[in-house]
Amino acid sequence: MERAARSRTVGSLLILSLLLILFSAPTGNPPLAAQAVTHGAGAGRPAPNFSRADLSHRKVELNSYRGKVVLLNFWATWCGPCLTEMPTFMKWQKQYGSEKFQVIGVSMDDATAEVIATVSRLKLNYPVLMGDEYLGAAYGGVLGLPVTFLIDRDGKIRARYQGASLTRIKGDIQNLLQSH
Amino acid sequence: MSIQAQQSTAKPPAQTDTIIPPPALLQPAELVQMLHSSAKPLVLQTGSHVLYAEAHIPGSEYAGAAGTSAGIEALRERVTGLNKDRLIVIYCGCCPWGRCPNIRPAYEQLQALGFTNVRALYLPENFGTDWVDKGYPVTKGR
Repeated sequence: MERAARSRTVGSLLILSLLLILFSAPTGNPPLAAQAVTHGAGAGRPAPNFSRADLSHRKVELNSYRGKVVLLNFWATWCGPCLTEMPTFMKWQKQYGSEKFQVIGVSMDDATAEVIATVSRLKLNYPVLMGDEYLGAAYGGVLGLPVTFLIDRDGKIRARYQGASLTRIKGDIQNLLQSH
Repeated sequence: MSIQAQQSTAKPPAQTDTIIPPPALLQPAELVQMLHSSAKPLVLQTGSHVLYAEAHIPGSEYAGAAGTSAGIEALRERVTGLNKDRLIVIYCGCCPWGRCPNIRPAYEQLQALGFTNVRALYLPENFGTDWVDKGYPVTKGR
């Protein structure tokens, strides 16, 4: 009886060990927690590439950020909730570092002057470029701000957030950063 | 659901909620009916031109972002010469209703100019969520 119980325990331990080896092997797939970061319209499809000059006249091409987690934030100077969340994006950019993570701001303002003034006032530490209806449409419609996309290292949209959702965004960023 | 009921479940009140009286608010479905009637209102988008270009209500005109002085001036010019009892519908939908910087100034301006039949399209979240996603008609372009 005692012998049978011992052999059952050994058997269970063997199966458990096999499962551990199987799931910890470097298969190239992200952990399950990171795989779960897929929500919102457009999630799961490749992020449409764009190449535009930012406010400092530097070229910003989305595809050049492959290998990094990208937070793409559509905002405007007249959008109160947008201005509220931007300091947090700055904090994350600093905290997670530009080697792994990049925030890109896309202003949906009609004119550049106010955007330059706002970016300067907030001392943003990430690039901001001017958007338009074409870029908004490419991303499935940006018809109410803020709208933020989380893009994984392979250039796929993993989440779309309508409105300010800082807690949720932060959790998703951390999941994606831990996935490689 | 009545307008009042919808407002009571909305986020904390904002300037727009307190200054635009409930009878002046217009539900999207009501506007769709109006657009199919013979007496069409003048529909003015008083927010972002970029968002207007991306999608707007067919037949509506862009009248300037009423949260700016240039936008107020553009709105004033657009309505110059109109009968004061003309039905004018204004909308924005750039941001959640309580945070919209444009709808209240547009309404106040038209009131100040003596217009007596002004309605504000009630878009609690934004134009995308409360109009486009509901399947109401849209067109694009500037």
